[in-house]
Amino acid sequence: MAKAFQKIYTQITAITKATLSLKATGVGNDELATVNGKLAQVVKILEDEVTLQVFEGTEGLPTNAEVVFLGKAPSLKVSDQLAGRFFNAYGDPIDGGPAIEGDEVELGGPSVNPVRRKQPSELIATGIAGIDLNNTLVSGQKIPFFADPDQPYNQVMANVALRAQADKIILGGMGLTNDDYLYFKNVFNNAGVLDRIVSFVNTTENPPVERLLIPDMALTAAEYFAVQKHQKVLVLLTDMTLYADALSIVSNRMDQIPSKDSMPGSLYSDLAKIYEKAVQFPQEAGGGSITIIAVTTLSGGDITHAIPDNTGYITEGQLYLRRDSDIGKVIVDPFRSLSRLKQLVAGKKTREDHPQVMNAAVRLYADAANAKTKLENGFDLTNYDERCLAFAKDYSDKILAIDVNINTTEMLDIAWQLFAQHFKAEEVNIKQELVDKYWVKG
Amino acid sequence: MTTGKVKGIIANLVTVVVDGAVAQNEICYLSVGKTRLMAEVIKITGENVFVQVFESTRGLKVGDTVEFTGHMLEVTLGPGLLSKKYDGLQNDLDKLTGVFLQRGEYNYPLDEGALWKFTPIAKEGDKVQAADWLGEVDENHQPHKIMVPFVFEGEYTVKSIVKAGEYKVNDTIAVLTDAEGKEHNVTMIQKWPVKKAILAYKSKPRPFKLLETGVRTIDTANPICEGGTGFIPGPFGTGKTVLQHAISKQAEADIVIIAACGERANEVVETFTEFPELDDPHTGRKLMERTIIIANTSNMPVASREASVYTSMTIAEYYRSMGLRVLLMADSTSRWAQALREMSNRLEELPGQDAFPMDLSAIIGAFYARAGYVYLNNGSTGSVTFLGTVSPAGGNLKEPVTEGTKKVARCFYALEQNRADRKRYPAVNPIDSYSKYLEYPEFEEYISKRINNSWIGLVNEMKTYLQRGKEIQEQINILGDDGVPVDYHEEFWKSELIDFIILQQDAFDKIDAVCPMERQEYMLNLVMDMCHKDYDFDNFLDVNEYFKKIINICKQMNYCEFKSADFNNYQTKLDELLKEKQIA
Repeated sequence: MAKAFQKIYTQITAITKATLSLKATGVGNDELATVNGKLAQVVKILEDEVTLQVFEGTEGLPTNAEVVFLGKAPSLKVSDQLAGRFFNAYGDPIDGGPAIEGDEVELGGPSVNPVRRKQPSELIATGIAGIDLNNTLVSGQKIPFFADPDQPYNQVMANVALRAQADKIILGGMGLTNDDYLYFKNVFNNAGVLDRIVSFVNTTENPPVERLLIPDMALTAAEYFAVQKHQKVLVLLTDMTLYADALSIVSNRMDQIPSKDSMPGSLYSDLAKIYEKAVQFPQEAGGGSITIIAVTTLSGGDITHAIPDNTGYITEGQLYLRRDSDIGKVIVDPFRSLSRLKQLVAGKKTREDHPQVMNAAVRLYADAANAKTKLENGFDLTNYDERCLAFAKDYSDKILAIDVNINTTEMLDIAWQLFAQHFKAEEVNIKQELVDKYWVKG
Repeated sequence: MTTGKVKGIIANLVTVVVDGAVAQNEICYLSVGKTRLMAEVIKITGENVFVQVFESTRGLKVGDTVEFTGHMLEVTLGPGLLSKKYDGLQNDLDKLTGVFLQRGEYNYPLDEGALWKFTPIAKEGDKVQAADWLGEVDENHQPHKIMVPFVFEGEYTVKSIVKAGEYKVNDTIAVLTDAEGKEHNVTMIQKWPVKKAILAYKSKPRPFKLLETGVRTIDTANPICEGGTGFIPGPFGTGKTVLQHAISKQAEADIVIIAACGERANEVVETFTEFPELDDPHTGRKLMERTIIIANTSNMPVASREASVYTSMTIAEYYRSMGLRVLLMADSTSRWAQALREMSNRLEELPGQDAFPMDLSAIIGAFYARAGYVYLNNGSTGSVTFLGTVSPAGGNLKEPVTEGTKKVARCFYALEQNRADRKRYPAVNPIDSYSKYLEYPEFEEYISKRINNSWIGLVNEMKTYLQRGKEIQEQINILGDDGVPVDYHEEFWKSELIDFIILQQDAFDKIDAVCPMERQEYMLNLVMDMCHKDYDFDNFLDVNEYFKKIINICKQMNYCEFKSADFNNYQTKLDELLKEKQIA
């Protein structure tokens, strides 16, 4: 609502589906405004004509709408009161609770000076062996799930969130279905961890342009806890594809020339600004961290589309889920998944045999895949091929399946058991001293 | 100085109305409250001047004041650049306070208080011109030449020069008199606009000298020369970064400049963390001592990303003028091209392919042309070798940045998804990649003297084996193992031997990571000798098994200290194995 001393502008000059232009002066770039009560932001100024992006959409706005400028960029009030609460894209509570009191912080704040970062080196255990063993996550990392819309990525992410030993978990939901929103809410509730969780949610029922605020909201809250409270923060962003779609809607309405796949030319920078908020601070700066796990949904598994492609160049690896028909479960695909930071912790923060066991198992799994192709093409299998296939089935079931929940030492022990069960020591190609130490003698 | 007022704003493109003359690419400052934001003029139409602001324009208003500086974007050149970590506008990142980069915070790139031990080279009465050496200081054990500023035109006479001793960068170390008798004070620092090439050298011949990188798939298969240009395109996850790090650690260069242009911050942090610890394999000193890092990571302002590659190149040219061998690596030039695209888009220019500006390939060409091997006016030589990475969208090499780069870079190292998937690292495809230097008679002459005159022939023969091996593999895939003669299997496995022993290299193994030229020569001769021989096999299973054994032994050799006892043991084992099946 307009306050008494605020100037009201009503000279609207143009309205499109997402933007509205008007005559106004003294307006700052990026400043917020309300248009008949709807929140909007300045995206373009030319002399006395100001163009606003109206987050809710411009449906029903008349040419004599009342525009009030708020004199500030989008912001969030931060304090410990955020914990346990659910908010919409504007940072207003949607759980019926009271408004938050705290310092008002502008969204999209400055980047961390690269020389003030620390190289990530702390393991984030999830209990899911397909992640911890083969694609170990490290605090300060940013990594997405590349998943088709029908895959259970939100469930996996909720599991990861609950098991990861983070001080705070911040959920940024963009275009979540109402069902998934309630799912997250229930899971967090039932696990009794609500006090560690902050959620910013835009569901499919809300206007798509509002989604553009979600990552910045989530990360502003994350920076508060990581920088000021020195906490280990995990940020979950789902689904970044819908975020990018919202970007393309706005750039389209502003008559920008689209680049690949109708995405704005600035897509790479726009995504990097979000993902690069992942950081590990050194002890001198409190030792807090922000780790980002995101979801990028694919269309028919196509990773050459501009959204996953640009994401892949920004993030430190990617995780793929796949349904394994041999065991009838969803597994973390060991071939295409990659955590670029795993070598910073594997064998250093975990048992010494970790890197070698991980590589040997994936190599044998690859041999099994070759054997399968041979079988499908009607060629005869050798004894080794058959043993590989048997190994692959056990490996999928006991290690790769997403319902596995064990610690990394147990994962390594299971892997050694499977090696001994199906192979001779010289077939696994592991350094002799490790074989001597860990080989399970029958 | 000209001033102006803000008229319009779209993201970081600002329209300014001015009261006087402005130049294209001139630098100006916009005031937002107490903060001054740096910007560059990129287009002028009538009274409207379009400037790209190097930082966020949040809060900027119509009517805010703009001050023009009268000069283009410049870098400050002088002793103390080595070991520094700069952003794209040459702000010293270590000097910035606070955890976050605050907009409008700029600093002086050199240490004004530091004392440098100066030794004069020129004498009173000497006739000098731009880039001539007046004296030198010791910078991290490198002779850093203090030169006649590059902007000086014509001939000057040295009126006076200070004696050997300790001086600060801003102290006058010489007074030069120009043709009209006017005196000019020269200090240890000078400035140069980054978008102009430094041309103060005598001549630029074609590159001919091998730049050793210790990476076999480069030095042996597709060598790059001192002063040469090359590029590495590859989809994400194919090992671009690992390969680039290997080259920057191992290359036989005096100075290494790393331009982290729009890439991941954690990768730069890795360089920050490792380089001060790692030893330079050629001098034994710390790698960081010879390195300058220009970090403009993907979340830092887009416009200064564009500036960062020019800043890096200008610093490289500066060290080249001192007679040093400089290696410049830019990761990734695609991000630079994207920065150009964002701006061209806001300027509403007619787009070229994939919405990139029409003159993209000309811009890339002009940039690569700044590399090179040069003869300086005093007869010494220096070089800037440039290696850029390209991140092709969707891994498709038919996109504008890759194509524009292919036209100008002389070496092409194609990283291939398929090789990376099969963990054949470095994943450089040996058949698609090339080095034009192998065709240069100058290079042939050089390598004949350094190794022998049959070397290039042997390298080409190796490539023929690889090509043939690939063809046979395709036939086997169609016809089955039994469907082709046993000879075919033998030929295929010879190409696998080359692949495993020469092309593949373990960047994480202490010994295998760096392979000096002498060792590369030995291994190529060893492998090619085996390829030249005929073998006696009954069936294809024998071939597989036998060659797997050979490969295993040779691989162990790659992991051993060259010509150590272990290495020689494996050599003996190999000789015994070869006796079993070789025919004469």
